[in-house]
Amino acid sequence: MWRYTAKRLLQGVITVWFIATVTFFAMHSVPGNPLSDARAATPEIRANLEARYGLDRPLMEQYGLFLGNMLQGDFGISFTQQNRQVNDIIREHFPVSATLGILAIVFAAAGGILWGALTALYRNRLPDVVIMFLVILGISVPSFVFAGLGQLALVNLNTLAGRTILPVAGWGSVAHMLVPALVLGLSTMAYLTRLMRSSMLEVISADYIRTARAKGVPPGRIFTRHQLRNAVLPVVTVLGPAIAAITTGGFVVELVFAIPGLGRYFVQAVQQLDYTVIMGTTVFYGAFLVFMVILVDLLYGWIDPRVRLQ
Amino acid sequence: MAGSTDMPELTASDFTPMTGRRETQRIVRPSRSYWQDAWIRLRSNRRAIVSLYLVIGLLLFTFLGPVLWNVDPASQDVDRISLPPGADRQAEVVAPYRPWQGDEIAPGHGVGEEGLGLAMPANTQTIRLLWEPMPGASGYRLYRNVFPPDQVGSPGLPVAEVTREGQLYYEDRMDLQPRDYHYTLVGLDGNGEQVGSTDTLTVTARRAITVEEVRARALHDAPDSLSSGDAVRLSWHPLGTDYLGRDMLARLMAGAQVSLFIGILAPLLFVLFGVVYGAVSGFVGGRLDHLLMRIADFVIALPFLLFMILFQVVFGIGPGESGIMPMLVALVLLSWPATARLVRGQILQIREEAYVSAARLMGATRRYLIARHMIPNTLGVILVTLTFAVPTAIFTEAFLSFIGMGVAPPTASWGSMSNEGLKSMLTHPHELILPSVMISITVLAFNLLGDGLRDALDARMRNTE
Repeated sequence: MWRYTAKRLLQGVITVWFIATVTFFAMHSVPGNPLSDARAATPEIRANLEARYGLDRPLMEQYGLFLGNMLQGDFGISFTQQNRQVNDIIREHFPVSATLGILAIVFAAAGGILWGALTALYRNRLPDVVIMFLVILGISVPSFVFAGLGQLALVNLNTLAGRTILPVAGWGSVAHMLVPALVLGLSTMAYLTRLMRSSMLEVISADYIRTARAKGVPPGRIFTRHQLRNAVLPVVTVLGPAIAAITTGGFVVELVFAIPGLGRYFVQAVQQLDYTVIMGTTVFYGAFLVFMVILVDLLYGWIDPRVRLQ
Repeated sequence: MAGSTDMPELTASDFTPMTGRRETQRIVRPSRSYWQDAWIRLRSNRRAIVSLYLVIGLLLFTFLGPVLWNVDPASQDVDRISLPPGADRQAEVVAPYRPWQGDEIAPGHGVGEEGLGLAMPANTQTIRLLWEPMPGASGYRLYRNVFPPDQVGSPGLPVAEVTREGQLYYEDRMDLQPRDYHYTLVGLDGNGEQVGSTDTLTVTARRAITVEEVRARALHDAPDSLSSGDAVRLSWHPLGTDYLGRDMLARLMAGAQVSLFIGILAPLLFVLFGVVYGAVSGFVGGRLDHLLMRIADFVIALPFLLFMILFQVVFGIGPGESGIMPMLVALVLLSWPATARLVRGQILQIREEAYVSAARLMGATRRYLIARHMIPNTLGVILVTLTFAVPTAIFTEAFLSFIGMGVAPPTASWGSMSNEGLKSMLTHPHELILPSVMISITVLAFNLLGDGLRDALDARMRNTE
């Protein structure tokens, strides 16, 4: 187990290095640089600015510096925001995205497991048909439509009530988070429902369920202890990639609901060609996702002892 | 057994050969190839067939549509912006605009019982209002609202403040649309405070067009024969127009071209690359296999959307460029490893199958093995992957265009249209609904088709539904 963990962590570190390298060289192959605008009025000013950001050194030296600084957890200074550390930007905006993402995952997982189990229990009956129809809708409708509709629903709700029950946009309280998180988790929820349904259908006809029934275990207990517990395992496996999908999918929701998360910040930085911010956020996000997937895999081994043997 | 039982009587006829022959082996069902079999299974799946028709319909819409509906998606109908689908396109011919000083009043018009009245029939060229003097008022303020003021609790937008001595008229020409307007007139005293009660008037403005405009837009065969009051049919926008007055149907078709171009070409390219990569890796095996798969692992670990955005920057979309090509390249660069892994797994599995060993034993060449066993047996899985890759690619394009990192204006794409439509979601919902419904239908069709193909082509991957 420890050897496996160490191996996975080492792989993760190499992957992050790979992401950092690709990002670095990709960014530096962009024609021009962030200083080639009006701010660098004279060649002297420009030279000074380039020296400050280290852009006057050879590419490989810059790369070495970038890696060295990254190892110390320093992503440099933003190009577009004077004297603002990329670290500060991440520190300030990532918790917002993470909170939203965690809430969305909770919504998605809880909903997916519940709906999936329900559809399997009521297989080919009305609840199954209705839920599976909604699931197909959830997979086929783009997230920005849900985001727009969610906002529209909030506007109507508040107008009907005559006061602000849930704010339409912004960030700050739990009330701000509910609808964006729900919208963010919706497609993942649909996907998990589908997965849970097929896994539950497999479990329902398993031998140990028949045994349990024969022993006279009450149906409620069979459902919670035997069926749900075993059917949930595949859902746990895809939680890693699901976290990845949800954190990056956060861009749209953050944009529509005006949430000051890292995703929105990243899009902004890209539009302004802010190199250090782009590199910093990409490497940070990449590392976060890589280690999230590893964590979930390890967690899976802990939940399901059969996996550990392999 | 002492042979005590009686022997039955035997006659000579018992020893003649039987005449009828019984067939011990017979092929009951017709022999079908794998693909015939798959097709029959697919055909019996109603959902898959419906989605197949949907896909065909979409292709027709995309490629045949622009031929039938030959409207430039970039041309603007500037005074007809954000038209809802099926909007009225009747217009009344009116005389060219002439200044008006409150002197001219058309027959049957004038100040009504309410105190506020129309001097002339209201149209989108001009709305001319007259009113009775209010006691104690030295000036007037006129409000305009598109909603009934008593319902929304506000008189609306103040359009004019009339303070000139004795002026009891006002001409409203501000951004008139063919719809109902609710005017509210308030009398003002010398300090600008309201005096007395207010007058209200509801006016239905009709769409107006001058002969000159008819001629310029070629709406009528003989524009000179038209006189005031004649009706002219304006250009037709069956699905309405967007916020810049561009025809929605033409834009949806243009957007379909972008979305399907990316949605079909990108999966084709990366699946092809992934197949070659995975097949080489699986077939050659050994250290090369290990190396190739490590590379694929790295690419898989890249955060997909982040790198899509990053690549868009790296390829640099200059002004006036559509950004479609960079998106295609980035999609291919980032999406191939999943297919490569899948195909490699398939090849490794097939390589160990008994029929491959048998073929090898009988002296089959490597080329024969690849052509006869490897490719046909992986084709089903590849086709299914391809179908499922299409929705993902379409979603990615829509997502990027939505956050403004995809196609650049004026190129239409369903994603960018949704983005523009979102801003006026409350007032003109069709601008958001139409493109997003198109995306949803396309994604839905390809998802269902993928499900059907998977059930038909690959028994192992079959759903438990």
